[in-house]
Amino acid sequence: MNYFKQDLASLHADLVAKKLSAKELTQATFDNIKATDPKIDAFLALNEDAALDQAAKVDAAGIKEDQPLAGIPVAIKDNIVTKDLTTTAASKILTNFNPIYDATVTTKLADAQMITVGKTNMDEFAMGGSTETSAFKQTKNAWDQTKVPGGSSGGSAAAVASGQIVAALGTDTGGSIRQPAAFNGVVGMKPTYGRVSRWGLIAFGSSLDQIGPLTRGVKDNATILSTIAGHDEHDLTSSTQAVPDFAKDLNDATSVKGLRIGLPKEFLADGVDEDVKNAILAAADTYRKLGATVDEVSLPHNKYGVAAYYIIASSEASSNLQRFDGIRYGYRAQDVKNLEDVYVKSRSEGFGDEVKRRIMLGTFSLSAGFYDAYFLKAAKVRTVIINDFKAVLKDHDFIMGPVAPTPAFDLGAEIKDPITMYMNDILTIPVNLAGLPGLSLPAGFSNNLPVGMQLIGRPFDESTLYKAGYAFEQSTDFHLQVPTLGGQN
Amino acid sequence: MANRINRDQVQHVAGLAKLEFTDAQLDAFTPQLDDIIGLFETLSEVDTDGVEATSNVSDQLNVMREDVADNWGQSQALLKNAPDAARGFIKVPAIIDESEDN
Repeated sequence: MNYFKQDLASLHADLVAKKLSAKELTQATFDNIKATDPKIDAFLALNEDAALDQAAKVDAAGIKEDQPLAGIPVAIKDNIVTKDLTTTAASKILTNFNPIYDATVTTKLADAQMITVGKTNMDEFAMGGSTETSAFKQTKNAWDQTKVPGGSSGGSAAAVASGQIVAALGTDTGGSIRQPAAFNGVVGMKPTYGRVSRWGLIAFGSSLDQIGPLTRGVKDNATILSTIAGHDEHDLTSSTQAVPDFAKDLNDATSVKGLRIGLPKEFLADGVDEDVKNAILAAADTYRKLGATVDEVSLPHNKYGVAAYYIIASSEASSNLQRFDGIRYGYRAQDVKNLEDVYVKSRSEGFGDEVKRRIMLGTFSLSAGFYDAYFLKAAKVRTVIINDFKAVLKDHDFIMGPVAPTPAFDLGAEIKDPITMYMNDILTIPVNLAGLPGLSLPAGFSNNLPVGMQLIGRPFDESTLYKAGYAFEQSTDFHLQVPTLGGQN
Repeated sequence: MANRINRDQVQHVAGLAKLEFTDAQLDAFTPQLDDIIGLFETLSEVDTDGVEATSNVSDQLNVMREDVADNWGQSQALLKNAPDAARGFIKVPAIIDESEDN
């Protein structure tokens, strides 16, 4: 299967016309993954027998025109629970954990008759920006196997970029969909907080986490988001707002005409790579040519986002990760004297260093005597950051800027230096703090590595981001360039 | 090192978090955490007088539902993931320290 020459619509057309069966497509996907994964290590687990059975059932029932996703393979990030399919969140503490239920998003994909082919690698519990904190393997960038794939959804991004799969789900707490999408030259959407149910997502920062799609094109991304979005009685933060058919109106490259776009000066400040800056300035010109206006705007408190985020996300994580105690599931330490020992030794042996660092930072920020100075202060700065966005989005339809200050960096280059790693998230984190939708899409290259652009919208206005992303995609050819991994192209 | 957090405090926080560290780990973690807390302290530059804290950004408030009991019927399936189980229960070590005299 050559996913570089196919999208959801063309696969669907072939399936309906019986040029291809779901089983053939699924088998070809596994063959492709097995041929290319030794190079990029995107997958933690494959679901081969169950997926081929399911594909055969879809074939037997017949694929109709009103089932646009039926029989099409999809990959799922490993912090989203999948019934009877090992789910580890890339942590030793969940080795061999087999969920007894499906996340709402995987149920919705199954209802649309998509075929789950496997679970993708990630930073442990989604804590990291390079997929290097995984307890199990090191995923490589699809464009250059000496570079990181980004993170934490590095496996999903590399799988889509390398042509292993047409679509994957990721999760984004501080940039974990958008940054790996940018590093691998694919499209990633972090939806508005509440747009997609978090039921079955292994919680990291509950007020920040969202699930979203990674795909090669904007339209495919929109199709998947419409499928997984919507209110869910199991997640009381999921919104009751109606879910549009996001892909329906994506056929007009001139739809940005008359839109007002804000380009924050802080997004092009010192520390942002020259090639990245130039790609964004060129993208601004593209939008001007399409009839939009691009104004310089300001998000004056953007630089405080990283500090506020690492207090808030770590505090929420320290609470959420209390459940991993060696009692009910997952890793339990041997050679223990009493129950307290089970807790302390299971956690100390089961969690990796980055997860421990976050738990420590969170526990510290919430502890007696420090709560006001750290957690409460961060929660107030969060309000200030939200107000910055509100002021700009009052008279701008969306905000544009880079996703990350640099293209993908070398494997091993930053993992020993937490603060450098944390600062990579400076352009994505504020969007999570404010709960806004953020779309990452290919916007250029720097030394043969992809450069991503980020579009940030008003709450629940993913539609405008998809329209603007589609218009940009139709006006450029960055999304048509593919890595040469495996020589498939 | 600015000493925003020292080794004893790191050990205290580890206790609260049910984690334990070797001496070598404490040597590595203490300055790292100190640096990161230094980053946190840059927030003091932001004037937040009279600003309300934001704890969540959901548009759903006070979602209510009937309190209806629901039997998943999956207690046996749940036990499959338990590290140790017997007769329908999860087994854990003795709560009382076996090394204590009593």
